[in-house]
Order: sequence, then C-alpha cells, then structure tokens
Amino acid sequence: MEFPLNATLARRLRRNDLEVLRAVDGVDLEIERGEVLGLVGESGCGKSTLGRCLVGLYEPTGGEIHFDGATLPARRDKATRRRMQMVFQDPYSSLNPRMTVRQTLTELLRVHHVVPRKEVDARCKELLDLVGLGQRSLDAYPRQFSGGQRQRVSIARALALEPDLLVADEPVSALDVSVQATVLNLLDSLRELLGLTILFIAHNMAVVRHVCDRVSVMYLGRIVETARTPDLFADPRHPYTRGLLSAVPRLTPGRVSTAVAVTGDPPSPVDIPSGCRFRSRCPIAQEICAEVDPRLERHDARPGHEAACHFAGEQRTGPVPRAESRA
Amino acid sequence: MSEPLLEVRDLSVDIVLSRGTIHAVDGVSFALEAGAAMGLVGESGCGKSMTLRGILGLLPRTGRITGGQVLFEGKDLVKGGQRGLREVRGGGISIIFQEPMTALNPVMRVGDQIAEGPRHHLGWSRSQSRARALELMRMVGIPDPERRMRAYPHELSGGLRQRVMIAIALSSEPKLILCDEPTTALDVTIQDQILKLLLGLRRDLGVAIVFVTHDLAVIAQTCETLAVMYAGRVVETGRVEQMFREPHHPYTLGLLRSVPDFDAVRDSLEAIPGMPPDLASTFSACRFAPRCQFAQDDCLAGEVDLHEIDGGRTVACLHDDACAAAASADPVIARV
Repeated sequence: MEFPLNATLARRLRRNDLEVLRAVDGVDLEIERGEVLGLVGESGCGKSTLGRCLVGLYEPTGGEIHFDGATLPARRDKATRRRMQMVFQDPYSSLNPRMTVRQTLTELLRVHHVVPRKEVDARCKELLDLVGLGQRSLDAYPRQFSGGQRQRVSIARALALEPDLLVADEPVSALDVSVQATVLNLLDSLRELLGLTILFIAHNMAVVRHVCDRVSVMYLGRIVETARTPDLFADPRHPYTRGLLSAVPRLTPGRVSTAVAVTGDPPSPVDIPSGCRFRSRCPIAQEICAEVDPRLERHDARPGHEAACHFAGEQRTGPVPRAESRA
Repeated sequence: MSEPLLEVRDLSVDIVLSRGTIHAVDGVSFALEAGAAMGLVGESGCGKSMTLRGILGLLPRTGRITGGQVLFEGKDLVKGGQRGLREVRGGGISIIFQEPMTALNPVMRVGDQIAEGPRHHLGWSRSQSRARALELMRMVGIPDPERRMRAYPHELSGGLRQRVMIAIALSSEPKLILCDEPTTALDVTIQDQILKLLLGLRRDLGVAIVFVTHDLAVIAQTCETLAVMYAGRVVETGRVEQMFREPHHPYTLGLLRSVPDFDAVRDSLEAIPGMPPDLASTFSACRFAPRCQFAQDDCLAGEVDLHEIDGGRTVACLHDDACAAAASADPVIARV
C-alpha cells in the first residue's frame, strides 16, 4: 500500500519587507507501508518542517497529502491524527515535566478511546514493556530519567495511539553514542513487531545507512535525490549528495584528503538562487543551472533512483566506499 | 628526549553543587608533544570538558582544582596562580568552544574581537591589530574579510562564527589550541570544512591540539593519539590506529561497537548497558565494572589505575588481555 504525498509547502515569515521563507518548497514524497524512509539534510533544509506537516502540526500552504488512499483535509479529525505520530529530537523538552509517565500515557489512551477504561492501566504497562522500561517508570517524572530513557518514553507515547506512520525527527541526535544504539535497535525491533512505517529524519549519514530502506536528501526546501539506501551510497548522483557523503568522517583512521567536500555556506532561505538552488556551491554548475530549475528525474539510474540535477551522475569524483556487511 | 609541550599530572577538579561535591576530574594524566594532535574522548559527564577548563583555570564559579599539576613548557600552571594563567592564556594556550554564540561577545564587531588579543595583550597599535585581524580572517578562510570584520556574531552563520573563534584563538600565536567539541553543533559539511581548516593550520603553523569530542570518527581523522575518559578518569591511552583496531579497555570497545560506522554496516549496534555512575560518590571498585562484560571479582576489590602495556599504551583494566582478544576476534575496524 502507498502513501503518496504531493506537497508544496511554505511557511510565511514576516519581516520588514514581507520576505517569504519557503521552508518546504515543492516536495513530492512517497512512503510505502512498512518501510523506513530516511529524510536527510543539514540545518534549514526543511526536513523537520516537512515531518511536522505530515503529522498535522503545521498546515501546508500548498499541495496535498494523501494517506492510505484519501486526501487529507487541512483540518484533520482525531481519528486521522491518531494514525500518524511523532517522536521529537529533544528528550528534555518534549515530555510534559509535570506529568508522570502514567499520566501522559493515560491521557492519550482515554482521549482517543484506544482501549476501554478498565484496560488503560494494563495497556500502559504493555507500552512500557514494549520499549524496555520497567513498571517503576510509570509513576516517575521525566526529570528522573536519562536522555535515552526519555526517548523511550517518547516512543511509548507515540505508539500508544497505534499509529500507522511514525515520524521520528532526529530521535537519537541528542543522545550519547552508546545510548543511541539502544534506541535505534528498539526502533528496528518495533518496526518488525508492529509493522510500523517510519519516516526517519536525520543528519547523521552513518545512522541512516544502518537504519533506512530508502533515503531522500533535502536541500533548501527541496528533495534533490531519492534512492534505495544501498544505491544512494554506492552511486550518489547529485553533487550535493556526493559532497554530503564525502564530508562524513570515517571511523577507520587514515589519511583524509585536504579538499573540502562542499565549499561555502548555504544561501539564505529567504533569498534562494534562481534555477538550481545548489548552484552557488556546486563544483559542476553550468549556465543552464542558473536558468532552469532541475526536476527530480531518473535519467539512466536504477529504478527508484532519482536526482534533481541537469548533470546527474556525471563527472564522478570517486564512488563512496562500498559498505561491507558484517553478517 | 625533549620534554613534552603539555603534561597533565594527576589533575583533579571538584565542583560543588547543592546536592554534593562532584569529582568531575579525578586524577587525570596525559602528555602532549609540540605540534601533536591528541583526542580526548568520552560521553557526557566523563570530565573531558572540565579537564580542558582545568588546564586553563577556566572553571565554573563553584569549581576548583583539588590536586595535580599542569606543566606547560615545564612550568606548573596550577602553582602559577592567576598571573601565570593570564600569561599563558594570552600567548601559549588558546581555547575554542562548542557554541560560538555564547563564546563570542554579541555586542562587539568580530573584527574588533579578533584584534583584541594583539591590541591589549601584545600592545600593538590599532592599525597593526586591524591588519593582523584581516590576515587571520584570511587564514581561516572567511570570505570578503574587509566587509565581514564589521559584522556582529549574530549576522554570521555557524560555520563563520566558528572560524572567527579560531581566528581569535590564533591571534596570540599559541603553541597549543584546546578544542572543546568545536564541531559538534555544526552541520556535517561545515564540520568537514572546519576540521580541514584545523588540520591545515596545524600543518602550517606547527601548533599542537587537544581535541575534546564524543565523536570517534572525528578523532580518527584528526588525531594521532587518544585518551578515553570515563567517570572522571582516563581509562585508556595510545595511538588512535592501535586503539581502534584493538582496544584494551572494555569501555573503549563498547564505544566502538555502538557507533554506526559509515563504511561498515553492522547487523545490529551494541549498546553499553546501564548508566555512568554518579560522580558525587566515592569509589572502591573499578568504575566501569557494573557495565562491563569482562568484569570479575577482582574488579570490585578497589579502584584500578592506569598501567603500561606494549607500544607506549596505557590502560586501566585488570582484564585488558581478555578485552583485546575479544576485540581481535570480532574487530570493529577491519585490518587493512
């Protein structure tokens, strides 16, 4: 089953001269049921905004979102909102500090009538079990937990409503390295167990490579490349993707090239360049790039692999090293 | 053999909080040669940032050094008092921080902040200092420096602010730059630019670096030697290559196994169970033992100190051979 999304989304930021910040500017995205789609990009690319539009936290200014065969209205009803839930990046500000875990979960279960009243308690315990937290956690406040534990509570909260789609917005970025593994492994097992579909928003490419089936790369409000994970890493076709991947530091100690992966800073999102928005930092930009905004197209790539570049795939500077499975 | 540029001996830092006194740094020792790059790695709360601050005496109001020495070019900074520290902070040792927005003066133009060192510390004239500031801005790759000098920090991007901080750090011609997670808050492409800038500066100016981070991959690309910290202590030191290929301390091994490596997709990541201990407590056993897969009874008998093993490495573990053997049997970094 598919969730096709065609959305032109923009957020208005009023400044002195009514500049418009197009946080998400013409995004077409599809998420298949049961898959983990990675949405990567650097700060300001619009990935968090896109995630929030999907779950209904923001109303898009244009475009449509189709979910399970139906177009979603601008104002969603409770039943619809239930089906898409979100886990946020900051475990310290996304839980109500004045409510115990039990109170947080109970409120959700009751408001949405997920289970009959007398079963609410049992369901709370089940949810905590699911995320690997003990029963004692039920009557604790968020401040009594570590970052990793809070994230697990956030996941339990998101799952309480039995959603079809989970939007995880940088769920492990604020956690220590050894704790990240716990949360990632948890998401992986839950996805198998519950048949979850996950939109995994991240900026850490190594994490994405481990966790996602497909990846979409965003830059300044647009998707610039989409592919199955192994294809993206083996054959990045957009110059930004190539730059992004080669900028990632590797665990294997060794000589690093002195050339920077991507030069300069991204342009201001209120002042996007004409034509291709990446051209000001692109090593292979030509005249046409300033005139014509490239669309996401497959060109001669493998099925499912699209890039928005007039010269997609050309002038390779060297492939990203192949991943070796350690099975 | 010439003396090391920096030698930290048994440094201890306490911080007084309302709930008790935290032994943030508890007997930390390491040495750094001139021009070398050393990583200081650990997770939050391990004491790595506080160690850097202890070196320069930049402790929080309720913090104090409770023991040990910090020898810079042979002189003990702990004994030298405020005067000694001021001298060294101006020209000798510089520091760059994680958050440029809090480290830079928000109401002062960046050009003036970069010129401040030469002007006030070296006593240069206004025009000389300004010329030096321009030169430094070019050195750190800030485009259009004449115009950018007049900018305030909030008008610059994160990457540019970090370059300004590096320029300030260089303005006093230091022999050592302490880096406290300078790229953690930056996007990966900007981090790449800043790391390469630091490597280039090291190469061109011969400056030594201590690089504090939790990111092992960044260490792999920038440092030759490494000290791993846990619960306020150093648990392993050595050359980065050796330690990554064959770690001797179970915590180092645990860290390596929990990091998703870009180059080698593992079927599942191994988390380290449990949590770090409360640093307000006193310890009578190995601090890592409760979370350690190699722990035995002797680990609980008392604190474990660093001892030397082959190749100039040190490790604070009674069963480091078992750990190394396990690491070799299932290496995180494949032998090339």
